Amino acid sequence: MAKKQAVSFKLNGKEVDVLVEPRELLIHTLREKLQHTGPHIGCETSHCGACTVDLNGMSVKSCTVLTVQCQGAQLLTIEGLAQGGVLHALQEAFHLDHALQCGYCTPGMITRAYRLLKENPNPSEEEIRYWMAGNLCRCTGYQNIVKAVRSAAMKLSAQAAA
Amino acid sequence: MIPCEFEYHAPQTLPDAIALLTQFGDDAKLLAGGHSLLPMMKLRFARPRHLIDLGHIAELKGIREDGGTLVIGAMTSENEIIWSRLLQEKCPLLVEGARQISDPQVRYKGTVGGDICHADPGNDHPALMMALGASFVLRGAGGERVVAAEGFFLGMYATSMKPDEVMTQIRIPAPRSGSGHCYAKLKRKTGDFAAAASAVQLRLAANRVEDVRITLTNAGATPLRATKAEDAVRGKQLDARLIAEAARLAMGICSPSADQRGDGEYKTAMAGEMTVRALSTARDRAASAAR
Repeated sequence: MAKKQAVSFKLNGKEVDVLVEPRELLIHTLREKLQHTGPHIGCETSHCGACTVDLNGMSVKSCTVLTVQCQGAQLLTIEGLAQGGVLHALQEAFHLDHALQCGYCTPGMITRAYRLLKENPNPSEEEIRYWMAGNLCRCTGYQNIVKAVRSAAMKLSAQAAA
Repeated sequence: MIPCEFEYHAPQTLPDAIALLTQFGDDAKLLAGGHSLLPMMKLRFARPRHLIDLGHIAELKGIREDGGTLVIGAMTSENEIIWSRLLQEKCPLLVEGARQISDPQVRYKGTVGGDICHADPGNDHPALMMALGASFVLRGAGGERVVAAEGFFLGMYATSMKPDEVMTQIRIPAPRSGSGHCYAKLKRKTGDFAAAASAVQLRLAANRVEDVRITLTNAGATPLRATKAEDAVRGKQLDARLIAEAARLAMGICSPSADQRGDGEYKTAMAGEMTVRALSTARDRAASAAR
């Protein structure tokens, strides 16, 4: 067996250390070693986006990233979005706008939308559809997901202006 | 789906990466964005014993202009290309092409150099680079060399790179102002490779085609340059009849393999249609740039 390597990174603001084989995928480290089961395993082929996490300010599919690539990284998962028991505007909007049915894609959707709104605080519907195209939802037909991202964007902009 | 075992190396400098590549030879693979290699390793199509991660080498990243040349680090991501003001202004063909590659998450990780060196016939940058007359900077144990995009691609997943070489830069002569461009790509859905795609970069003078390059993605084992189609339109007014003739000539060099995207006949027809669209759009853009 290839020698295990120690990898340290920040997960939702907390320092973590893990010991992994080089071939271990980030999604497995998060779910199995660090008990962060928000990011889901959907396709395992980097198509569906259910495993999306935020890595150094990039939305990435954690089924296609090796944990050893994350030395020194800043990682954010769905678990890190609510602050002090208060839901993030995106989580609230997904709830209010019924942007989920089975919920399997939701952690990836919200984590991706979080980065999109950091980069573009006021995206048009077309921009949301283009920049969220790496996340598949098999229930909703996307209408309410787009609506929720729009309403979260408006709420966050209003908060920023206040 | 977990890859076979391998040793992971994360060199901090280019000489260290080249030394590792020289040491491990065929047992090693370079890891760029990893969005072609890791899926292949998961499926056990690739089983490198050593993985050399280029992600920590700062000099392989970035986009700048040097004289009339656009210089792009090989490890620059697709999203960095899309967001580059310099490329939006000076090389919109590359931006338009990158926007049609895979999906947002893949574009954060996927790199231009990785896309080129992997040389999958479905990858978009090879044909874009040939349309732009780009050249590639390759560095190995024996030093550095610069090779043209044209002639670099030898076959499916095969290039003229030597086993100890790393692609460091892509150099593109900045298209002159007043140029027109288009990357027309047919794909079944977001994330799919092209059923067929055509890249056109051209310039008009007094309404006639002065310079033109037409290249095709996924129409054969390598990206193809449709030189007969270029010859047919050069010096002429690009009307619908001439565009149809150019598309017919472009279809003549296609030999796509049949897959779930369609059979050879369909994909060849679509390569023709993409050529029609790319030529028309590039012409219109060049004409409005000249106004």
